[in-house]
Amino acid sequence: MMYLMAFLVGGLICGIGQLILDYTRLTPGHMLVGFTVAGALLGGLGVYERFLKVAGAGALVPVSGFGASLVRGVLVESGRLGWIGLFTGVFEFTGLGLAAAVFFGFLIALIFNPRS
Amino acid sequence: MANKLDEEQRKKDAYQRLVARKKPKPRGFRNFVVAFIVGGLICVVGQVVLSIFIARGMSQDQAAAPTLAVMIFIGALATGLGIYDYLGEFAGAGAAVPITGFSNTIVAAAMDFKREGYVLGMGAKMFLIAGPVLVFGIITAIFVGAIHLLTS
Amino acid sequence: MAAKRVGKRTIRLQNPPFIIATGTIVGPQEGKGPLADDFDVVSPNYTLGQKTPEQAEMRFLEEAAKIALEKAGLQPHQVDYMLAGDLLNQIISSSFAARQLGIPYLGLYGACSTFAEGVGLGSMIIDGGFADRVLVAVSSHYQTAERQYRYPIELNIQRKLTASYTVTGSGVAVLSNQGQGTRVTLVTVGVVLDLGIKDPNDMGSAMAPAAADTLFWHFSDTGTRPEDYDMILTGDLGRVGRVMLLEVLKDKGIILEDNYNDCGLMIYSDKQKVGAGGSGCACSAVVTLGHILRRMQNGELSKVLVASTGALLSPLSYQQGESVPGIAHAIVLER
Repeated sequence: MMYLMAFLVGGLICGIGQLILDYTRLTPGHMLVGFTVAGALLGGLGVYERFLKVAGAGALVPVSGFGASLVRGVLVESGRLGWIGLFTGVFEFTGLGLAAAVFFGFLIALIFNPRS
Repeated sequence: MANKLDEEQRKKDAYQRLVARKKPKPRGFRNFVVAFIVGGLICVVGQVVLSIFIARGMSQDQAAAPTLAVMIFIGALATGLGIYDYLGEFAGAGAAVPITGFSNTIVAAAMDFKREGYVLGMGAKMFLIAGPVLVFGIITAIFVGAIHLLTS
Repeated sequence: MAAKRVGKRTIRLQNPPFIIATGTIVGPQEGKGPLADDFDVVSPNYTLGQKTPEQAEMRFLEEAAKIALEKAGLQPHQVDYMLAGDLLNQIISSSFAARQLGIPYLGLYGACSTFAEGVGLGSMIIDGGFADRVLVAVSSHYQTAERQYRYPIELNIQRKLTASYTVTGSGVAVLSNQGQGTRVTLVTVGVVLDLGIKDPNDMGSAMAPAAADTLFWHFSDTGTRPEDYDMILTGDLGRVGRVMLLEVLKDKGIILEDNYNDCGLMIYSDKQKVGAGGSGCACSAVVTLGHILRRMQNGELSKVLVASTGALLSPLSYQQGESVPGIAHAIVLER
């Protein structure tokens, strides 16, 4: 069941992204920023949490899930530390992914060269 | 003079209408379906990874970050192997929106600009496309957090 | 009026120079296209053994120049001028290849129209009595153009239906005041025209008005009509720009029939996934110098009008919201 929901919700988010690419003049960069900001705002409203409960990776894996993770960290840390937490919380749940992206990105780019 | 400018503008408008009318329409339905299926399948892979972490005793919240890290690794490897740009050409947003696509933007830029040196090329331009996502994501998150602090 | 000018924009060369030799080299994608047999060399890869795509493009140009010189039986020092251009910032492919060849060098930039610009200027230099032999060279490269104008190569971006695919390769022509065969007889220099198209993924539509304008003035200056030519070619308007060109010319009362084609549509087959068609400086150069010249030598064609088209944008200009200016220059080849 969870797999079906992940497929449907994740697919739908990507499908919406495709409609944006095809029918607006936004570039892929604009679209990704838009999804991240939208995920962060929905996270702030507490909507994205429910979304994650229902769809699991279908809500987590799209880049909007990254935006929601940013906000979740900020809310958790600012609840604990107050204003300082706004800044320390940003990388609470996303730090692992970002460090992995930089690390693997570097290693892979050392090994491979662009092809076509 | 004003008339001449008006006429220039009319010519431009007429041509732009012509282009809008005659240029090929995107294959919206095909693109939507392919993006849906490919994006959905990538999320199913994510769900498999998530389930493995949960089966090892993590809560879903705890499992989220390591799942993203694994997906980022998969995206990076697929980029290095030269698969991800084909996937992107085929599936558009279906390949771009998942976090694997985010990882692809970082690795593709790193590979491409390596030739301009490790510091000023790869290092400086790794976040060419991923950078804006971080900037606006972080700014939004801090504002959202601040509003929460002010209102609670 | 100057003796060799006809009408408003056109030059009739008094002693039309000959194209005595050509060199064409293309990359793997063009090698899969229908014209593959017409090129001197088809490289199976994008690199030619170089470390970076920019170095590779320079090598493509250098190789094409060497092939052309060899066919002409000339040493570099026997050529008076080298006119060359490409798409990269500061036209490095051309200048760096010129560094190797040591021919007095004039760098050109007309985006993808550089081929006709170079052949036109080279012909004028020869007809004016300033040179006996001129080498005209242009190049483009899929990877270098992607890197400069679009995105890193391995990035997951879907090509829009209106976007073109940059031809990898180089075309070189050696012009001479003596020889036999195909000659350059007329040159029409175009104006920069911008009708406000802002989509960097739709160069064809941005360039079509300039192409229509240059063709219109060419026909009107010379008193010719489209049917007077065995073939009329545009450089790289592609599938989309071609439609716009036909529409705009129809408005001006000119109907292009079956003798019209676009180099960007000829170089690839419909099965190749190349968006709206080929583009780049090399596109009109290799199609004209490889394919068309062969057919002229066979006697299939005797009078051909080539209008190379260029989009004069830079990555900065479109990021700053500027529209895309277009240009087109036309040359007439006769034998």
